[in-house]
Amino acid sequence: MTILRVLLGLLPFLGILAGVFFVNRVTPFVLGMPFLLFWIVAWTVLTAVLMLLVYKLDPRNRRDAAPGSSQGKY
Amino acid sequence: MALALIALIFVLAVALGLLSRYGRKMDLEQWALGRRGFGAVFVFLLMAGEIYTVFTFLGASGYAYGLGAPAFYILAYGALAYALGYWLLPPISRYAKQHGLITQADFFAHRFANRELGIAVGLIGVVAMLPYLALQLEGLGLIVEVATGRAVGAHLAIVIGTAGLVVYVVASGIRASAWTSVVKDILILAVAVFLGVYLPMHAFGGIGPMFQRLAVTHPQLFTLHTPQGTVWFMSTVLVSVLGFWMWPHAFAYIAAARDEDVFRKNAVVLPLYQLFMLFILFVGFAAIEIVPGLKNSDLALLAAAVATLPGWVTGLVGGAGILAALVPGSLLLIVTATLLAKNGLALVPAFAGERRIEFAARFLVVPIAIAAAAFAIFGSTGIVALLLLGYSYVVQLFPALVLGFVARRLVTTPGVFAGLACGVALLTLLTLTHRHIVQLLPLLPHDLVGLNDGIAALVMNVVALMLVSAATGGRWRAADVETA
Repeated sequence: MTILRVLLGLLPFLGILAGVFFVNRVTPFVLGMPFLLFWIVAWTVLTAVLMLLVYKLDPRNRRDAAPGSSQGKY
Repeated sequence: MALALIALIFVLAVALGLLSRYGRKMDLEQWALGRRGFGAVFVFLLMAGEIYTVFTFLGASGYAYGLGAPAFYILAYGALAYALGYWLLPPISRYAKQHGLITQADFFAHRFANRELGIAVGLIGVVAMLPYLALQLEGLGLIVEVATGRAVGAHLAIVIGTAGLVVYVVASGIRASAWTSVVKDILILAVAVFLGVYLPMHAFGGIGPMFQRLAVTHPQLFTLHTPQGTVWFMSTVLVSVLGFWMWPHAFAYIAAARDEDVFRKNAVVLPLYQLFMLFILFVGFAAIEIVPGLKNSDLALLAAAVATLPGWVTGLVGGAGILAALVPGSLLLIVTATLLAKNGLALVPAFAGERRIEFAARFLVVPIAIAAAAFAIFGSTGIVALLLLGYSYVVQLFPALVLGFVARRLVTTPGVFAGLACGVALLTLLTLTHRHIVQLLPLLPHDLVGLNDGIAALVMNVVALMLVSAATGGRWRAADVETA
C-alpha cells in the first residue's frame, strides 16, 4: 500500500519534469491554450487528483484513527 | 483617485495587523510562531499566501511578457512542491514541536547536535532572504510609482511602506501576517482573475484568440528554446520544488501548525489554488499587444492596467499589489530577525536569556528592514532572477535535512558542513563571476546549456556530504541522537 501511494505521488514529477521533453510544442491547441501550457495546467490538476487518492489511501488520514496515532514510519 | 485608494488600503492593512495582537501576550514563541496554535485555516492562509506575492504579481506576468514559455515554470513548481510537502512536512512539524524548536537553524542544530551548524544554516538563510525581502519592497515601489502616475516616487513609496511594515511587525508578529494575508489573497485573486480575463478580451477578443494570434505573430513565444530550453525548465523546476520548503520562513509555518494533517490536506487543495497563476500569465501575454516594448518587463501588468483601465481600478490593482508585497514581507522580516537573534545573538553571553532574545528579535526588525529597503533602492535586478538566486542557495539545505531524517546514521556533522560549504562556495563563485556552470566545464554536452546552477551545486554538495561522512565515521556517527 505504501508503495502504491509513493508511486501515485511520483507521477506528477514524471509528468512535469520528464514530460516537458516530449511536449515542447505549440499545437494542438487544447482548451484554447498552446500544448505546452495545456500540459502543465493538466498536470497541476492531476497532481491535486492524485494527491487526493494518496490522501484517501493513507491510513493516517482515516477518520477512525485515534488522535495522536498519526505517527509515520520516521 | 488611485493614490487615495492605495493609501487607504495601506492604512487598513497596517491597522488590521495591529488589531491582530489584541488580547495576546507577546513572547518570542507567540511573536514568531503564534504559540504554535495555528489551525488548518491559518496555516492554509500562510501557505497559500506564499504563492501570491509581488514576485508572482509582477515577476510572473513580466516573465511571460518578456520571455513567454519559461514563465510556465512558475505554474509547474508550485503543484510539485505541495505534493512533496505531503511527505516532507509532517515529520518536520512533529519534530519541531516535540523539541520546542523555533527557527530552521534550531532544527539543524538540534538534529545534528551541533550549535555551529545552526549558525551556518542561519547565515545561509539570512543571505538568501535579504534579496527576497528587497524584491518585495522594490516591487512595492514600482507599483506605487506606476499606479499613481508618478505622483509618489518609487523611493518614497519604499520608505513609507517599510515604515508601516516595521510598525505592525514589531507590534504583532506572525499574527499580523496571517490576518492581513486573508485580505491580500481575496483582493489579489479578484484582481488577477479580472485582469486575466479583461485584458485578453480588450486586446484580442478573448483568451483563445489571444493564443492563436500570438502563436502566429510570435512563433517562438510558447515553446522553450536554448538557453532556456527543456533542460533549463526541468532543472529550474526541480531546484524550486526542492528549495520551496527550505526557506527559513517556510519553517515558521511548518512549526506554527497545531495539527500536521493540514499539510497532507494542503497537498490536495493548494495545487488547484495555484491555478490562479494562469490568469497572471494571461495578463503578461495580453500586455505584449497592449504595451509593447517596455524596457523593464516587470512593469508589464501595471503598464497594461494603467493603459486600459480607469483610475479607481488602477488604485485597486495597486492596492492588491502593495498587499502582495507587505504580507510576505512581514513574514520574511519576522523570520530573519528571529534567526539572527535566536541563532546569532543568543550565543553572545550578554544576550543570553529568553527575555533579552525576545527583545533583540523585535529590535532587529528595524535594521533588517532598513538594509532591505537600501538594497531595493540602490541595487536593482530582475525580480525572477533575484528569486532564482535565493532558491539556488536555500536548496543546498535539502540533502542534509532529508538525509538527517531518513538516514541519520549515514551522515556526520563534518559531512553536512562540507556539503553546505561546497554547494554555497560554487554558487557564490558563479554569481560573483557572472558565469554558468556549463561555461566552467566545457566538456559537458552542449544540450546541458541552461542547466540550473543550483542543481550543479547540489550535486557537488551531495558528493562532498557523502565522501566526508564516510571518512569521518567513528565519533561523529551520531548514535547519541535519538530518531524522531
